[in-house]
Amino acid sequence: MIVSDDRKISELKNFMREAKSKEHPDSQLISILHKTQELYGYLDQEVMSEIAKEMSIPTAHIWGVATFYHYFNLKPTGKHVISVCLGTACYVKGAEEILNSIRQELKIDFGQTSEDKLFTLQEARCLGACGLAPVIMIDDKIYGSLTPKKALEIIKSYRK
Amino acid sequence: MPKRFNITLCDGPSCMHKNSKEIVAAIEAQLKKHELSDHVGINLSGCLGMCARGPVMIINPGYSIYGDFTEKDIPEIIEQHIKKNKPIARFIIDEDHLYNRFFRVFGDVNFFGKQMRIALRNCGIIDPENIDDYISLRGYEALAKVLTDIAPEKVIGQIKKSGLRGRGGAGFPTGIKWELTAREKSDEKFVICNADEGDPGAFMDRSAIEGDPHTIVEGMAIAGYAIGAQKGIVYIRAEYPLAVKRIKKAIADARKEGFLGQNILGTGFSFDIEVRLGAGAFVCGEETALMLSIEGHRGMPRPRPPFPSVSGLFGRPTLINNVETLANIPVIILDGAQWFSSLGTEKSKGTKVFALAGKIKNTGLVEVPMGTTLRQIIYNIGGGIPGDKQFKAVQTGGPSGGCLSEEYLDTKIDYESLAAAGSIMGSGGMIVIDEDSCMVNIAKFFLEFTQNESCGKCTPCREGTKRMLEILTRITEGKGSQEDIDKLLRLGNMIKKASLCGLGQSAPNPVLSTIKNFRAEYEEHVRDKRCRAGVCRHLLVYEITDKCVGCSACKKACPAEAISGALKQKHLIDVNKCVKCGACFKICKFGAIKKS
Repeated sequence: MIVSDDRKISELKNFMREAKSKEHPDSQLISILHKTQELYGYLDQEVMSEIAKEMSIPTAHIWGVATFYHYFNLKPTGKHVISVCLGTACYVKGAEEILNSIRQELKIDFGQTSEDKLFTLQEARCLGACGLAPVIMIDDKIYGSLTPKKALEIIKSYRK
Repeated sequence: MPKRFNITLCDGPSCMHKNSKEIVAAIEAQLKKHELSDHVGINLSGCLGMCARGPVMIINPGYSIYGDFTEKDIPEIIEQHIKKNKPIARFIIDEDHLYNRFFRVFGDVNFFGKQMRIALRNCGIIDPENIDDYISLRGYEALAKVLTDIAPEKVIGQIKKSGLRGRGGAGFPTGIKWELTAREKSDEKFVICNADEGDPGAFMDRSAIEGDPHTIVEGMAIAGYAIGAQKGIVYIRAEYPLAVKRIKKAIADARKEGFLGQNILGTGFSFDIEVRLGAGAFVCGEETALMLSIEGHRGMPRPRPPFPSVSGLFGRPTLINNVETLANIPVIILDGAQWFSSLGTEKSKGTKVFALAGKIKNTGLVEVPMGTTLRQIIYNIGGGIPGDKQFKAVQTGGPSGGCLSEEYLDTKIDYESLAAAGSIMGSGGMIVIDEDSCMVNIAKFFLEFTQNESCGKCTPCREGTKRMLEILTRITEGKGSQEDIDKLLRLGNMIKKASLCGLGQSAPNPVLSTIKNFRAEYEEHVRDKRCRAGVCRHLLVYEITDKCVGCSACKKACPAEAISGALKQKHLIDVNKCVKCGACFKICKFGAIKKS
């Protein structure tokens, strides 16, 4: 039971209580989902049911919102999340080659997590670092001016 | 405690020679005498470059540059300028300024010299997390000016007169938008800053917020005053954590200093701002989708009218402006609508920020007056294309825009000219493409993006883009026919006309513009099954040349067992078995494999 983690669920409940005290509490749903992802790393169905109860919003509506936005993960992620930027600038500078080399190395595709649970691969639609194209982001760190070889070296450094 | 004045004294070798150390001591002594020490900040700067007029110091706010004085003049300067706020004209260096006040800050480095920074005026100059820095460069002066001196309808009048148009892409006149929202009677109104910068290849708003967040706060407060709103919301991408942090800090600091909150500057006007995060949906840049997202729903656009100015967020009249639009507001108030409208072309006034990226030497943000040509941006400011490659196209406006070929390089940048050329101004992404890219593939890339981001509400966009993508995929795989090109045109024009929102209405643009400007490449793909840039994998032919030493590395790498040949003898690729994966090409150490 994921909701039995007391510390996280109580922090989330406090956050929701605060949200409810504001004007238009329903409009805080996306902020609550952001908070949930910050705490758990993804949006778990059980947690979404808790949000539905606490906020009196239908679970179906929450599910609808959660699936609409790319930013929300619906499955647990690995220890590190690799986002490969596929924005235009990165694309014309060879993002596809970088992507393919990472795919081969980790043997996973977009949205999947490697067997050792270390990496999750995601695509990003422009990280806004076009001057450094092509770029990837691992967790919150941006790596720019990559070649397939450099990208693999960086990933290797996370394995240690 | 915020400083009322900041004195920056040049500490370069030449000024030092003219007793800058003694001058600092004299300033400090005088400030102490007048009990002003707590109100005035003193900084020493590196050489300001005006050595001939040394010693040189700058007093802010107001950017008064003092030169040719001695420590004996300091008592007078402190007494007159700092105490009585009367700058002393005889010491002030007042030469002709090329570009009003903005040129002073940036030197005449070529990259900056051809630019003109208005929206980005403070980026890179101030510490974005320090409100005093912003205030020292006339920050919040425009807000104070409108709150104390200018009636809301006159503020709107000035914005209208300035000719400022929305910088988010569509180019709707900002003043008229303000007027429409101001006209509505309601107990509650909203000002929204649209910072959901989703175009791939565009990062203007990110840099503007990260570099100068207070400008956005000030612009929003002025808008709130003009239209009679008390609440502002910044809707910003969650993918920009640093920008989120800085705008939040700027709002908190502005509140602390009394530029936001109740009874701002004692004028009775109240306004506050909240930050809401987006969650990675491109369509949320569309205003009706954006508002639904703030309300906690799926961001799916609705038909207009009613326009947001009548019924927007929570059913209230709402003004939605883009980041760059808002960054222009304080300047228009301070420097005048007339000056602003003197810049640019007949119908497009002021400047535009572009995010220059792709195959270009100087990638980065450039801000140029409207009317600058594409060629000037790409070759003069951007430094041209690296590695002697041939220019092929420039893409403006992101997935809603188009690709322009060389013959359009002398197009002047304004809303109308770019539209006439078959692209759009857009929010400011500008990607330079060289001969190494295939235009059919680029069109497919953009369509993949819009297809993926289509919210699915209306059929033309949901189904139409999917069909277009299938056709494009077919063409890049060498299975296309001549008829497919006409089908793309027909389908594209239909989607443009029949879609509900801007996303669908503009989604076919990259395809239509590449067919218009690069039709030959499409024809080659369908007729000759050839991709001249060597990008479309399925159209490539791999061949082993005489450089082959017969090491058999390629033979081992080939997943399809298409390569044969004995050790130490030239190998051969069976084109019928080849799956065109490129594994042999990558592994060959002798450059013996040719792809064409």
